[in-house]
Amino acid sequence: MSDLNTAMIEKYRSSFLKEVEANVEEGEWVKMCMQCGVCSGSCPLGKHWEHPPQEIFMMIRAGKREDVLSSDSMWMCTSCYNCIARCPRGLPITHIMHGLAVYSKRLGLTPQKQPTAEFSQIFWDNLMKKGRVNELKLGLSMYFKDGFGQGIKNAMANQKLGQNMMKAKRMNAMEFFGGHSVKDLSGFQKIIKKAQEIEAGNIKDFK
Amino acid sequence: MAKIELSFYPGCSSQKGATSSNYLVSAQTMCEELDIQLNEIPDWNCCGASIGYGGGGELPRLTLSARNIALSEEHNAGQEIVATCAACWLSTREAKERLHEDEQMFKDANAALSEAGLKYTGESNVRHMVEVLVEDIGFDGIKAKVKKPLEGIKIAGYIGCQTNRPFGIAGESFENPLYLDKIVESVGADSIPTYEKKVQCCGGALAFSEPEKSQEMIKGIIEAAYDNGADMIVTPCPLCQANVEIYQDNINETYGTKFNMPVVYYSTLLSVAFGRSAADAALNGQVIPAKQLEEITNK
Repeated sequence: MSDLNTAMIEKYRSSFLKEVEANVEEGEWVKMCMQCGVCSGSCPLGKHWEHPPQEIFMMIRAGKREDVLSSDSMWMCTSCYNCIARCPRGLPITHIMHGLAVYSKRLGLTPQKQPTAEFSQIFWDNLMKKGRVNELKLGLSMYFKDGFGQGIKNAMANQKLGQNMMKAKRMNAMEFFGGHSVKDLSGFQKIIKKAQEIEAGNIKDFK
Repeated sequence: MAKIELSFYPGCSSQKGATSSNYLVSAQTMCEELDIQLNEIPDWNCCGASIGYGGGGELPRLTLSARNIALSEEHNAGQEIVATCAACWLSTREAKERLHEDEQMFKDANAALSEAGLKYTGESNVRHMVEVLVEDIGFDGIKAKVKKPLEGIKIAGYIGCQTNRPFGIAGESFENPLYLDKIVESVGADSIPTYEKKVQCCGGALAFSEPEKSQEMIKGIIEAAYDNGADMIVTPCPLCQANVEIYQDNINETYGTKFNMPVVYYSTLLSVAFGRSAADAALNGQVIPAKQLEEITNK
């Protein structure tokens, strides 16, 4: 368990809702949920959520901190925005789910090997390197995330797909060597580093 | 028609050798024909797409888009920002709205940007290319440019998620938008306004991390197109295009289907209908060839 997690448990022992309001993107909206369930019924991957959004909102208010933050439910969000478009009370549900997922990850509570959590980090790391996504390396990182052997297996299984994409000139092996980049890479990285520092600082303020 | 000048945000997937490089080629062709000048935002960066949130959190993610907007305001002053990619458009517009509503976030983003001497004011409009088509050019404007109508081709308009929600196109419903069907009709093809999967999610980025779950949804999207008698699917979104086109082999293997459904961009349809070559319409970028469109370019 991370130190930050221990600190947050101490601070918000009495109210998980207050913790969510303080530390989760758009968390101040959670109290507005009226439990109609339209979000859960509208989610394209709804059947795969251990706790669908409506349930997550009630669990937050019931103080089910560990159950919510260690759930892989939020990682089922495809960012389709159905729930946002349909919520009668205008809760930005997609962003709240993203926010909960990020907060769970920050506290070290995300289930190990949760594939979307892993992919999300791989994607971010990939774009941070050059300021633009390197699709070839992104694909390879995903194939090889569980080791070399599994990576070869994955690459072989998707060989035809890769060949199709190369033939259509929509995948380029040369991207492996460098690839597309922003010109002012150091400026770009400085900006994002600063943004990360500010964001981390905002959370620590609640200690 | 007066020339339209736009500050253009092409996005990572449109770059040479990337998954939607064919979208860029056809969009450029389409814009040439419609007298739209695209001024690329110099040194633009990735928007974080819909999956970057897990690694990036809130402020760093919004700052990615703030940098692009700041660069646009500096170099393409006074021009509206336009994106062809659904995620690029959504992220940029979302960042603009969030930074507008949240004063602290506005200050924080500017504090980060000042590390590289940039300044965000957030005055530019952020639009999707289909808004430009629908609102500035109009269906009649499109029709007027058609040299080779796409007669006899039945096309399922698949808008997907992020071009449609949460912002969408003004005056269109989230649940049953019709503008893509009207674009299809404008180029002389047959539309399917009752195509029931028009705004169904394809899995988005989860097509990589949760392939089985996503391919089950993609199967539904293609199946419904066949059930409605479609010859091909058209979409405005790069990830929708890729997800629905390139996994058809995998889906056939898993489910015993025999899918071979071309999935094209609206910009490809327009380029072909405007009389441009197969190369200009980026038909060579299809994994599943759109043979009926190829035939029209050969006429």
